[in-house]
Amino acid sequence: MKKTTTGHRLEIFFRDVDLDTRGQLLRDRLNSLELSTVIEEVWLSEVYTFEGDFSPVRLQEVADLLLNPVIHDCLIDEARPLGSADLILEVGFLPGVTDNIAHSAAETLADAWGAPLEADQGVYSSTIYYIKAAAALTVEDRRLVGRILANALIKRLDWKERSRYEADQGMDCIIPRVRLGGGKKVSLVDLDISEAELVALGKEGIIDHCEVESDEPCRMVRRGPLALDLPSLGAIADYFAKVEKRQPTDLELEALAQTWSEHCKHTIFAAAIDDLEKGLYKTYIKGATEKIRKDRGADDICVSVFVDNSGAIIFDDDYLVTDKVETHNSPSALDPFGGSITGIVGVNRDTVGFGLGAKPIINRYGFCVADPGDQEPLYRSAGGQNQALRPRRILDGIVDGVRVGGNCSGIPTTQGFLTFHPGYKGKPLVFVGTVGLIPRKTKAGRLSHEKAARPGDYIVVLGGRVGLDGIHGATFSSEALTGGSPATAVQIGDPITQKKFTDAIVKEVRQRDLYSSITDNGAGGISCSVAEMARECNGCRVDLEKVPVKYPGMAPWEIWISESQERMTLAVPPEKWLELETLLKRRGVEVLVIGEFTDSGRCQVSYRGEKIMDMELEFLHNGQPVKRLLTKVRPSEENHIFLPPLTEFSLEDLFIKMFKRLNLASHAYVSTQYDFEVQGGSVLKPLVGSQQIDGFTTVVQPLPESAKGVALSQSLYPAISDLDTFAAAATAIDTAVRNLLAVGTPLSHIALLDNFCWCSSDDPERLWQLKECARACYETAICYGTPFISGKDSMYNDFRGFDCSDQPVTISVPPTILISSIGVMPDISKVRSFAFVKPGDLLYLLGSGGPEIGGSEYLALLKEEELATFEAQGQVPKFVPADQLPLYTCLQEWTAAGHFRSLYPLAQGGLALAAGKGALAEGLGCELEIPATERSDLFLFNEYPGRFLVSVAPELGAEFEKEFAENSFTKLGRVRADEEIVISQNGEIALQTTVSTLLTAYRSTFTGF
Amino acid sequence: MAQPKVLLLTGYGINCEEETAYAFQACGAQTTIVHVNDLIATPKQLSDYQIFVVPGGFSYGDDTGSGNALANKMRHTLWPELMAFVAADHLVLGICNGFQVLVNLGLLPGDGDNSFGSRRVALIANRTARYECRWVNLLAAETDSVFLDGVSSLSLPVAHGEGRFFAPPETLAELKLRRQIALRYVDAEMQLAQGSFPANPNGSLDDIAALCAAKGRIFGLMPHPERAFRLNQMPDWPERLALEPDSDWRQPGPGRVIFENAVNYFS
Repeated sequence: MKKTTTGHRLEIFFRDVDLDTRGQLLRDRLNSLELSTVIEEVWLSEVYTFEGDFSPVRLQEVADLLLNPVIHDCLIDEARPLGSADLILEVGFLPGVTDNIAHSAAETLADAWGAPLEADQGVYSSTIYYIKAAAALTVEDRRLVGRILANALIKRLDWKERSRYEADQGMDCIIPRVRLGGGKKVSLVDLDISEAELVALGKEGIIDHCEVESDEPCRMVRRGPLALDLPSLGAIADYFAKVEKRQPTDLELEALAQTWSEHCKHTIFAAAIDDLEKGLYKTYIKGATEKIRKDRGADDICVSVFVDNSGAIIFDDDYLVTDKVETHNSPSALDPFGGSITGIVGVNRDTVGFGLGAKPIINRYGFCVADPGDQEPLYRSAGGQNQALRPRRILDGIVDGVRVGGNCSGIPTTQGFLTFHPGYKGKPLVFVGTVGLIPRKTKAGRLSHEKAARPGDYIVVLGGRVGLDGIHGATFSSEALTGGSPATAVQIGDPITQKKFTDAIVKEVRQRDLYSSITDNGAGGISCSVAEMARECNGCRVDLEKVPVKYPGMAPWEIWISESQERMTLAVPPEKWLELETLLKRRGVEVLVIGEFTDSGRCQVSYRGEKIMDMELEFLHNGQPVKRLLTKVRPSEENHIFLPPLTEFSLEDLFIKMFKRLNLASHAYVSTQYDFEVQGGSVLKPLVGSQQIDGFTTVVQPLPESAKGVALSQSLYPAISDLDTFAAAATAIDTAVRNLLAVGTPLSHIALLDNFCWCSSDDPERLWQLKECARACYETAICYGTPFISGKDSMYNDFRGFDCSDQPVTISVPPTILISSIGVMPDISKVRSFAFVKPGDLLYLLGSGGPEIGGSEYLALLKEEELATFEAQGQVPKFVPADQLPLYTCLQEWTAAGHFRSLYPLAQGGLALAAGKGALAEGLGCELEIPATERSDLFLFNEYPGRFLVSVAPELGAEFEKEFAENSFTKLGRVRADEEIVISQNGEIALQTTVSTLLTAYRSTFTGF
Repeated sequence: MAQPKVLLLTGYGINCEEETAYAFQACGAQTTIVHVNDLIATPKQLSDYQIFVVPGGFSYGDDTGSGNALANKMRHTLWPELMAFVAADHLVLGICNGFQVLVNLGLLPGDGDNSFGSRRVALIANRTARYECRWVNLLAAETDSVFLDGVSSLSLPVAHGEGRFFAPPETLAELKLRRQIALRYVDAEMQLAQGSFPANPNGSLDDIAALCAAKGRIFGLMPHPERAFRLNQMPDWPERLALEPDSDWRQPGPGRVIFENAVNYFS
């Protein structure tokens, strides 16, 4: 890191240390790390480093603008340790990492001075931690502390002992300005090379330059993977040799790699597989939707599916609702905060980029991680190098990312979940989704879900600038991130920049009809967004030097494929440009024309007059050789569980332990950090009842004058996937649908979203599991008449590295299918929760279970308690979706009539969870009688889908039993007036506990998170 | 004047302007949402309005202190017009981030009835050092607040990361003396929270959740009354329906009275 003398430092801190809550909480957190000594105090100060000339008067003005005189003191170009600190740590960003605080500070200065900072001036933020410890921190202590405070991929940590700090007169003044060599030119890539060289090109990328060290042979430095296989490279070589009669440029090759990537083209879902010529996506996912739409005819709820950035269904006569769920797994493994914030603001853009621009109205989230208590380290490299983040650190980071992204954007984050499984230790799954609302027609009468760029339209980019962020995604080592080189693979979202243009588009520009088409910039940056829109008119021409960049010196190919966030691409008719530009500039949004759409049939890019890309759009989009995949049946093992006799354990003990399980305990610490009330439409909130018990379905009223509600839920069963991916998908669809039925959504107005997160997708057995899973999606969706409207897949969620004994280890996620459901309910006055509300109400179980507990939380608990062997897998529930339809039809009539007092759709934890949480919500106990023929633990804990626990007013009991006589139901008992929970069988008490005992257990697991 | 005109500010991360505008409209006001840059371009338009609202949100992402950056921008560009607005018999409302802006602008608590501009109190990071979205109970203190006329207690949601009220002892004493403390956090039994979480969600000094000034015409509060405007926004709505299936979702929630009082001030 280069030290400069041209910087100035402003340090802001609390005058009254008692107000420094962050310091106090950090001290407590550090003392939980098992350091060799006790941390007695931590004091924080916020530092702004100013680059360039600032007079003392200016610096004082800056201080007055940035601090609050009621609480703060400051130091300007002066160092003085806070408190009696003996160790000082500064954490700042590495060059090129998004620094939102500095960005806002620079805007504040510009506001005050009426002009932006000069090009050679800059602002950078950092934090200093002044630490007082009982004894000196060891190297290991510092490592532990450092890991809590900073991710070394994006931040620098600088330590100084007090003596050193005093000798140096403070911390070093470090200015993380990006410095690039510049002068990078476009080069041609020779594809007429050996097969081995082609393989290296595809896997490791284009040769950037050769490093020559004295006597050594020159070392090729490659640019990072293109992820193009031999057939694809062959097709490219062929095309350029025969059609263009020249070699491709590096930019063309990079652009093809982006466009043909698994991420963009979903090659596995598109490929022919076994006997399915059309592939999994067209056969099973799109196939299901097409069949459902056709069968429903005039009652079709789908409007725009699988063609745009989100899927859309009818909300009412005037509006559509859109939905999209994305994953952001690999980036979140490396930088959990950056990965998840980039994920959530990215999927928000899939809403703004739907049709002519939908307004984001609800955020979804879902985090799959390993046990946060797991301390066993993992390494990416041999020899204990490159340690992977621990599960707790990953969890904390991804929770924070969605919090900042969602809350700052003013979008309620109502719907989400946490799932724990050891398979997520190497790579977490981070699901992020956004629901949008859009009028069906614009003021000018245009259908708002239709759009098309027209030849002659300007290509317009708006929002953030382009940097080296996210080039080649997550394929780098931390060694590459030193000195002045920017952290290219890790990005941090900037929700306020995005909020500015989102408001402008959704609330002002869309109504004025100023653009023909719009899309967001995600994977592949403008190389994908512009080329994608170019298909609408059949051509584009871009002047790449017009793209606004964060810093000089980027190579053309880097500008073309950069995934820098917070950008949209628009097609703007020339006569509308001035109005658009004027409006957006007044909203503080940077907007520029970078080229025009054409009908040339070609994608043409030039840089400072030089043509650097000129190829057929048809080849760019459809030139990829079609793959053919073959699967191999994965043998299922006959595996019986030998259950312990009931006398060997206490049912009460296991019952309470179930409520403490990671997957079943209260995750309220997450939902209360997310603003679920903004926009004022929440009806059924993430936490239920006066005791705030975690729900699994939320309802939002998007329009304050309409009684209609949007109901959202989701479901996944990774533990069942381990055994049977068909069952996992069928069960997840059933649960996601049933969750919406339970709050009063009609089956006829429910749609689904699929997210496949697979592992080792080159393995024919994994592909077979995938095929089975997709087949279950088809069959179950058709059975319920619930169409898929959007989906996404992430196929390689495997971690390959080393354990703490330096042994190679592969950790693959369990094949995971997340089903998200969205429904429109006609009347928010029919919504019900799962809370027991009145003593004496009758409790019934609707639907039937069975003794199979394969993949259940109960079996996992038995294993942990050593009541079942580690190998025991058992059978998954024998579930037939078609058998459920009569029950669901009957249930809908009762929910529409508002007859139920409460409904709990059974899922993980089975009836035990349903009864317990129903009781906890309002603090009313219950008494249940287990049928004499059932084994008590299996009856309570089996996870058969298709079931509900309902409470009914006593006066409706007879009618209920008549109405549901054709369906399977079990009369269980009643709600009590006190807080006793009593479960008996054959007249004898099988277990007894209280609401308070259970509540304490339920809330205990994540205390301190 | 039967129908007051309300200007609601937006831009730079403000995000509650639409539901807040809806609340005023539903109470009979005429509302206009104005981007802060448009107001700066023609500050005189402020005099066309009777109620000025800084809605909740995340202006400038809370960077450099919540409300600070937007307050700086307004101080440099709108101060004379704001002073003229306050000097007239008008109302100013700041909700959540809007309250933080008013505090940083020195419109709350002010320095006496007619002197504004110096920062005298602060809203700082919650004691939990975490964003908190939860429902709280509030007790209306003895004030002249126009907005709280007839209100004794309220149940409203808070959603903020920086809502911990702080004032130096002498300022606090003065606020009490001048009856400028408008709302205080209380527990379920309506007893003062005395700093205890979660009844006091942020560790505010003296459980202070809201302030008023200028004889109750300027009002700022951390909780969101616009999110408790209708019965169906209340957290017990689904359970209420279970017991009273015919409940009308349009019935007023506890937050509505704040908007009604503001509108009725001009009738």
